[in-house]
Parts: sequence; C-alpha cells; structure tokens
Amino acid sequence: SRQCGLLSPQNYPLYIRSVPTENELKFHYTVHTSLDVVDEKISAMGKALVDQRELYLGLLYPTEDYKVYGYVTNSKVKFVMVVDSSNTALRDNEIRSMFRKLHNSYTDIMCNPFYNPGDRIHSRAFDNMVNSMMMQVC
Amino acid sequence: MEQGPAGGTSAAAGAAAAAGTGGLLLSLSETEQQRYSELFSRCCPPPEAAAGGSSVGELFRASQLPPDTLHQITEVCGAKRVGYFGPAQFYIALKLIAAAQSGFPVRIESIKNELPLPRFMALKNDTEVRYGTPTELHGVKFQVPHATLEKNSYKRTDEGDKQEPKSPLMSPICSPPSSPSTYQRIPLSCGYGKARSGLEQQHGAPYEVRHSTHQQDGPSSGSYGAKSALTCSAPKRSLSVEREQQDSSTQYSDDPWRITEEQRDYYINQFRSLQPDLNAFISGSVAKNFFTKSKLPIPELSHIWELSDVDCDGALTLPEFCAAFHLVVARKNGYQLPETLPETLLPEYLQAASLKAMRDCALFDSYSEPLPSSQQTRDLSRTEKSSAEEVPDNSALLQDGKKDDKQALKASTTLKTIPKEFQHLTVKTAAQEPNALKARPRSRSYSSTSVEDAMKKGEEPPTPPPRPQKSHSRASSLDLNKIFQQNAQAVRSGWLPPPPPALPPRPSVSQTEQPSEGDLHPQMNRPPSQAEENSSAKKEVVLAQPPSKPARRKLRTEAQGLETPELSPAINVTSSLPASKAHLPVQKQSSKQKRAIQTAIRKNKEANAVLARLNSELQQQLKEVHKERIALETQLEQLRPVTVL
Repeated sequence: SRQCGLLSPQNYPLYIRSVPTENELKFHYTVHTSLDVVDEKISAMGKALVDQRELYLGLLYPTEDYKVYGYVTNSKVKFVMVVDSSNTALRDNEIRSMFRKLHNSYTDIMCNPFYNPGDRIHSRAFDNMVNSMMMQVC
Repeated sequence: MEQGPAGGTSAAAGAAAAAGTGGLLLSLSETEQQRYSELFSRCCPPPEAAAGGSSVGELFRASQLPPDTLHQITEVCGAKRVGYFGPAQFYIALKLIAAAQSGFPVRIESIKNELPLPRFMALKNDTEVRYGTPTELHGVKFQVPHATLEKNSYKRTDEGDKQEPKSPLMSPICSPPSSPSTYQRIPLSCGYGKARSGLEQQHGAPYEVRHSTHQQDGPSSGSYGAKSALTCSAPKRSLSVEREQQDSSTQYSDDPWRITEEQRDYYINQFRSLQPDLNAFISGSVAKNFFTKSKLPIPELSHIWELSDVDCDGALTLPEFCAAFHLVVARKNGYQLPETLPETLLPEYLQAASLKAMRDCALFDSYSEPLPSSQQTRDLSRTEKSSAEEVPDNSALLQDGKKDDKQALKASTTLKTIPKEFQHLTVKTAAQEPNALKARPRSRSYSSTSVEDAMKKGEEPPTPPPRPQKSHSRASSLDLNKIFQQNAQAVRSGWLPPPPPALPPRPSVSQTEQPSEGDLHPQMNRPPSQAEENSSAKKEVVLAQPPSKPARRKLRTEAQGLETPELSPAINVTSSLPASKAHLPVQKQSSKQKRAIQTAIRKNKEANAVLARLNSELQQQLKEVHKERIALETQLEQLRPVTVL
C-alpha cells in the first residue's frame, strides 16, 4: 500500500490519496508527525530548498514498517509519500521520479487560474496522474 | 425502391385493390403511385407482403386525422376485414387519408375523386433504429447545427416538389405539416448540405413537439444570453430533416463537441475583444474573469480550463479559447463535461479547421453572421462548400483519429442519449435566437444584445500581467513586447489598458551627492524659458549647497540652543547671493538646459526637503527652549517670594 499527500506551506493538507484506501487516518497521522522532521530539514538546508529526503526507517513504531519520503518545493509546499518497507523494489530513483511527476502536476494545477493556492485539489487530471503513479508499483 | 418495381407494385396494388375492394378500380396517378409505394415500402420492409401494423399506425397518426377517422379508414380500406395491411388496403387507406384531409367523407366513393396526396407529418422511419447502432455512424461526431439559421423560416414547399429519389433509400418527402410554422426546404448552413445526401433521415413526432414548444419557450438561463442563443447544441437537424431528408447518417448534427462556423466566428470575436492579436494568448486572469461571467461553478470552470489548456501554460491560445468557450456553452446547455477533451476540440483540430474557417470567413464576412432567411440560399452554397470540406477532414480524422474507435463509439453512444437533452435545450435556446439574431449586427463582438454589452461594459480591461519567465519555455510564441504594444494600440474593442508607465529618464546626478528623489516626474515638456530658469536653477543649485551645509554644520556644532538666529543670517546670505550670481553665463544647448532644469528641480526639491527637516527640528528645539524658559520662570517665581520678606 502506499499513500501520497500534499501539504500547504501552512501544513494543512491540500491533497491526500491512499491506495488502498483503508488506514487513511493512520496515514494522516503519519504525515503529520513527519512534518516535524521535514521542517527540521528545511531549516537546516538554508538555500537548497528543493530536495528529496528520506525519513528514518522505523520512525514511529518498529512494528510498522514503512518509509516516509518527503519533498519540498520552493514555495514550501510539501509532498509526502509513504510506502511499505516490504516493497523493497522501490528504489530511490523511482521515488525521485514520482516526486518529480507530482511536482509537475502540481505546477499544472497552479497554472489553472481558477485554482486558488491553498484550496483543496480537486483536479481530475491530477487524480488520474496520482492514481496511475501509485498503481504502477503497488 | 426503384421506379420499376414501384410501378409494378403499384400496378399490382391497383389490381389487388380492385380485387380487395370487390371490383373497385383504384386509379393512381404517377405521383400517387410513387408516393404510395414509398410509403408502403417504408411501413412494410420487403419482402413482406403486408405492412407492419405499428408502422402503419404511426403513419396514419402522422396524418393528423382524428382517431375515429383513422378507424373508419382502416375499416373502409378493408384491412380490418382482411386482418392486415396489404398493398391494396394500404393504398386505399392512403387515398382515404387524402380524402379525409381534403374534407371528403371517408367512403369508398370518395377515393374516386381527384385527390391531393395525403399529407403526413414527418415520419419516423426505420432509420430511427439506427440511433441505437452507433457503429453505423462510425462513432460519428455530429455536426452541431446552428439554431440561428432558418429557425422559423421554413416555408411550405409545394406538394409536388418531391425530392427525387436520388438513391434507393430516399424516403418520400413528407410534406410539411399544416401547423402554423412554415418550413423551408433549404439545406442547413452549418455542416449540412450535400454531404448529408444519400441517406434518409426522418424524424417523427418528437421533432414536431419540439417545434411547437420552441415557439413558446422563453429565454434560456445564463448571462451568456447571446452565447446560449448561439448555442451549438441546437439540434438543428430537426429542421433540416424536415425539409430535406437527405441527411447522411455519418454527420449527425447532434455532436455537441463540434464547433460550427458561426460559433467559431463568435468565439473569435470574443477572443478579439479580450486580446486583439489572434495569434497571441489570453492570460489566465483575463480568461478567468471572462469565464466567471458565465456563472458556472468554479470547480466546473476549473475543469474546463484543465481540459482546454492543453499545453498547461496558464494561458489560452485561440483554439484553446474556442474549446474552452465551447465547453462552457455546452455545459450551460446541460451537457456533462467530458473527462478528456473531445477530438474536435483539440487545438490541432481547431487550428486546422480554423484555417479553413479563415478562408471561409472572407466569404462569410460578405454576409452577416445571423443569417436572415433571405440569405439562406447563399448560405447553402457556402456552407455546402465548407461542409463538404469538413466532411473529408472529419472522416480523415475519424479514421486516423487519435482516440481509438471504442472511445469514439462510447462517445457516440453517449451522444445518442444527448439528442433528447439537446432537443428540449435547443428549443429553449432556439427561441431566443431570433431575438438575438435580429438585434445582432454584423460583427458580434460589438453587438447590441444586452448581455454582450453588459459583458463588455462590465469587464474592466485588465492589463495582462507580465508573464513569469519560466512559462516561456512552453509558450513558444509568446512575445511580451508584442503584447504590450498591442495593448497600447488596442482600440477596436475599447479595451485600452493604460500604457505601461514610461520610465522616467534618469539624469546623471553629477552635481551633488544629495539623495535623488524618487518622485521625479517624467519628461518635461516645458518650453524652455530657460534663460532665467537655467540661471536660477544654477544659482539655486549652487545655493542649495551653501545653505544646507552651513545649516548642517551649525546643527552639528550646536548641541542645543538657538540655531534660528544663526540660520537666518545664512538665509539672508542666500538671498543676497542671487543678485551677484545673476550674471551667470547661459550658453547651453536646449537638451542640456532641460537636463539642467531637471537637475535643478531635483536639487530644489531636495533642498526643500532638507529645509523642511530643518524646520521641524528647529521647531522641536523651539519647544524645548520654551519649556526651559517656562521652567526658569517658575523657578524665578518661586525664588522671588523668598526675597520679598
């Protein structure tokens, strides 16, 4: 299973998608706790804001094996991805490419004049992209 | 049905009729024979011998006779007796219908008279069945007929003017109903025409209903009154079918996603009103304001944008704009937005089509866009041309279309259900079109329709924001300079954004180190009465320095205390100085003088500011001094009583 989330610079969710859809609450919780780590890394970075990071394995409970990856844009929009640790086929490059795709789609959304930054994202194109992305490896 | 067999069957029918009715010889004229045989073949697909009861019933109902008359007719013609509608019975029935419609009683005797052809309303024929088989239609995209055309302008054609059976499938022309609205047999302008010939299309009662209803429907919703009047979604085909029945099944007009020529013209004009250069972009904010006026909910507008902005650059080119506009109009008319952009709305497709349209536009421009009935014949030739051109494009595109056939089929099947929606929607929209049409002058963007006026007046002409640099990579043909120039020159639509502020010239500040002022006004156009100005400027430039500097020095040296007396002599000095400096030589060129004047003005202003600051500081000190004085005086007061013992 995997989840994908977009968070605004003010740390509220713009978009959350889970595949499969159970445990979404846990995912929300995970994302929220990982925000601390993200913020820490941002402040430590200084200039280099666009980065792809990996959170520590076993961040929360050891029984829950999952990896949380984070990504921050120049405008402090955070992308978070949670994948099962059992899914060892996922390499770092793939994660990076997924984040890049997310970022591109997010940029496309921003180009839409009817989208106000900070709104929840309801774009169908974005949904399709995320679904296809999450399905392909799951 | 060909003539030969028709003749044969009619002869046979005649004989059979004679036999069936007990010796009554039914003589049918040539036209009657043709007509009857066609009707019979329609109701009774060969090789059956008898007409299907249901289709016959429909036909009879279409004759608009009262039901009991129809019963009578069926009795008289012998079908009741025989139990089926053989050719003989059928022909007799037709004759009886003609008689009844002419006012004769339903009797066998009456059919001996010379009778006109029975009149039937538009019949549903077996091609209705084809609705359910999209495969036949090649997943066709319907040509959306334009409801503005010949809306109520049909005339009745005479009975004899039948369309000759150009093909075996040609159905007989049902003479127009005797309802009040008249119908004219002219081909539809938008996309109909010769391309449609070859297959019969008849639509029955539903269209009649529609026609009657569209007389009464009021204006449709939406602030886009004119636009929805324009709406592509009018199933014009109803009207065209009435008159021609030459519609090709490969070009149904019900395709809501096909833009007709008129719509394109309208969209282009609207584009022009927002952005005079047709090759440039409409920025996102401009487009947002524009489309927000349609009063569609924002999520839908957002989705429309997503669909139409194919290159995702936050701006709309002309084809993208047309697509977006079209989607808005379709949505306003009740269509659900598709998940992906339909093929006919893709920018490439629209580009290709628009190039053609541009060519035709030259032709179109010769007559007004809302086509009054008088010009329909002209339209016919042009539109046939254009439609003929479009047909090969359409077919070509369909065949090597980007979407697979399944999707096209799916689209077409969904479109099948749409015609129903279309119908009642177009009724509404069609109703207001004549109003809009009459009011609309030649070029729509400057039309007098209230909605459009409101839109035009309501919209502030916003200056398109300067595009962020990163989007240039995708917006290939963007030329900011061009846009700004056009902005400056845009006068046609009254969209006159303020010219970009001219950068104030920055004269070289070589004379003083005084801080330059930010509020320099741009070009000075004062005719140089420069001699004294220049000299005075120079004087003051020079003078600005001494007074400020000594003043500053004085301020610095004196911590507190009275500076005003010190300053005033300085000021007095400055006033005396002008006299001595009046004879400064003035031999400069005009530009230098201007620049000098500008610098002088700047210096003066700076000096002014400095002096003002000084003034305020001195005021402060004055206050303090006052306070001290008061303090001293109170002390004195306190001390004095002591002395006074």
